[in-house]
Amino acid sequence: MTTLVISAQPAEPSELLRAFRRLLRRRSAVVGGIFVLFFILVAVLAPWISPYDPAATNWSAVRKAPSMAHWMGTDEIGRDVLARMIWGAQASLLAGVVSVTIAVGLGVPIGLLSGYCGGWLDALLQRITDAMLAIPFLILAIALAAFLGPNLTNAMIAIGISTMPIFIRLTRGQVLSVKVEDYVEAARAVGNSHPRIAVRHVFPNVVAPVLVQATLSIATAIIAEASLSFLGLGQQPPAPSWGSMLNVAKNFLSQAPWMASFPGLAICLIVLGFNLLGDGLRDALDPKEN
Amino acid sequence: MWTYFIGRLAISVPTLFFVTIIVFGLQHLLPGDPALALAGEDRSPEAIEAIRKQYKLDQPIPVQYVYWITGVLQGDLGESIRTKKAVTDLILEKLPVTVELALLSMVLALVIGIPFGVISAVRKGSGLDYTTSVVGLAGLSIPNFWLGIMMILLFSVELGWLPASGYVSPWESLRGNLAAMIMPAFVLSNAITAVMMRHTRSAMLSVMRSDYVRTARAKGLDERVVILKHSLRNALIPVVTVGALQLGVLLSGAVLTEQVFTIPGFGKLIVDAVFNRDYAVVQGVVLFTASAYIALNLCADMAYFLINPRMRG
Repeated sequence: MTTLVISAQPAEPSELLRAFRRLLRRRSAVVGGIFVLFFILVAVLAPWISPYDPAATNWSAVRKAPSMAHWMGTDEIGRDVLARMIWGAQASLLAGVVSVTIAVGLGVPIGLLSGYCGGWLDALLQRITDAMLAIPFLILAIALAAFLGPNLTNAMIAIGISTMPIFIRLTRGQVLSVKVEDYVEAARAVGNSHPRIAVRHVFPNVVAPVLVQATLSIATAIIAEASLSFLGLGQQPPAPSWGSMLNVAKNFLSQAPWMASFPGLAICLIVLGFNLLGDGLRDALDPKEN
Repeated sequence: MWTYFIGRLAISVPTLFFVTIIVFGLQHLLPGDPALALAGEDRSPEAIEAIRKQYKLDQPIPVQYVYWITGVLQGDLGESIRTKKAVTDLILEKLPVTVELALLSMVLALVIGIPFGVISAVRKGSGLDYTTSVVGLAGLSIPNFWLGIMMILLFSVELGWLPASGYVSPWESLRGNLAAMIMPAFVLSNAITAVMMRHTRSAMLSVMRSDYVRTARAKGLDERVVILKHSLRNALIPVVTVGALQLGVLLSGAVLTEQVFTIPGFGKLIVDAVFNRDYAVVQGVVLFTASAYIALNLCADMAYFLINPRMRG
């Protein structure tokens, strides 16, 4: 008796899966991804892993150097630096992700509209984008945060709006190159509506570069949030944020240098993580890498 | 050349117009009555009424804009509610300090970034190239206010070599001025140095693969001449544009650097204005910065046009 074995050909891995495999082959991207994953875990698990309440003061442990009781020392009013670092990760990641979501949520549709419609609407939207790009990123964010009022939500809105022009430009550029392709012409010829062509045929081509830019922009947004908090325009005390921790720490450099070292190091690592991951994603999603 | 210049200038005009719309629109983001916010601490009915009249807040918004832009075009950016000085005067007073800081930073970025970019490209794949890339990426990842704090900790608190803060005018003491500015300038140049290094490296790599460089080598020219005379000169063309675009980064970075080192410049002016709720100053600084940025970009375009023979046809 013979057994008929039907061996199915392995399914063609999707483009996304292949890109993910290419990403895993890049050591620097993997290192970046590990940094990012580590900080995400720290932020999510903050309520369970934080050794102390981040706002709890202890007047008998003011500016204590790192020890077994306080691994990263204590601050000027006896709060545990490690606990504030752990909870501060939430503010940083939240600011990075939310502000970039705002930037993508507004920038991509505007860029799509601008590039797809062309004409006077494109000219108008591009001059407004030029104007936004002419105001240096942080100065625009400071001005917006100042007028909206200093708090984390407004800082995220300010950073998001200041980041938006990059996504408008990126999306428009992609749309301009894609909309003259034969398959878009074909979609038009068979009677598809403009919104359908824009969403079904043009938009998918925008996703990869936007994803790469979004990853890199999260790094910029995290630095921007830390900068605004450092200036007192972001997260307000007593809520912990790495930027506001540095703002206080600069007054105690000679007495408590650990207050400044750890938050700054955390910002560097998370930003480096997103930069490495973004660079790796850019290479992995590059069609020339196929 | 003039056609190109006029064309670029013509694009700048609508951009500047929209910048004024954004800056003017900022005061309408203020929650509640803008007159109340603009009055600052003096909230007497007379003061609020005076503000309302001064900013024409009782008029429709387009009319308010026309009054405001008419003043701006005449150099009137309003008055600081804190110091009662004209915003234009305040900006002109603080500007030289920031310009000095920015120039010093740009010099440092060029002096460090370009040579290391060249070396990295020439020795591609070597340990030095790898180190330069890592340092470059680190430069982009380190927030300059933290770098400033760490440098103060090392050079001022631990070693006592440099002053931790303050500003000395170069007319008062050149040595004192350099001592006070070297750390802030280095901190401010950090990110730009990294960008310059990365761009010089990639521009050099692309130029060094070109036919004329291969020809220069085939002619038996000394490698140093091939690199410095034939490759670097052409590789620097895109670097000029990148350098000019980094001016915005310098102006943004100056805000934080001046705050860390307590330098009484343009950046500190905007931060102090934010905390004093001196909104006219904030608007003035934003408008001035954007105008300067547009003007500098125009200059960079012109420089690119002049140094790139292909642009001249």
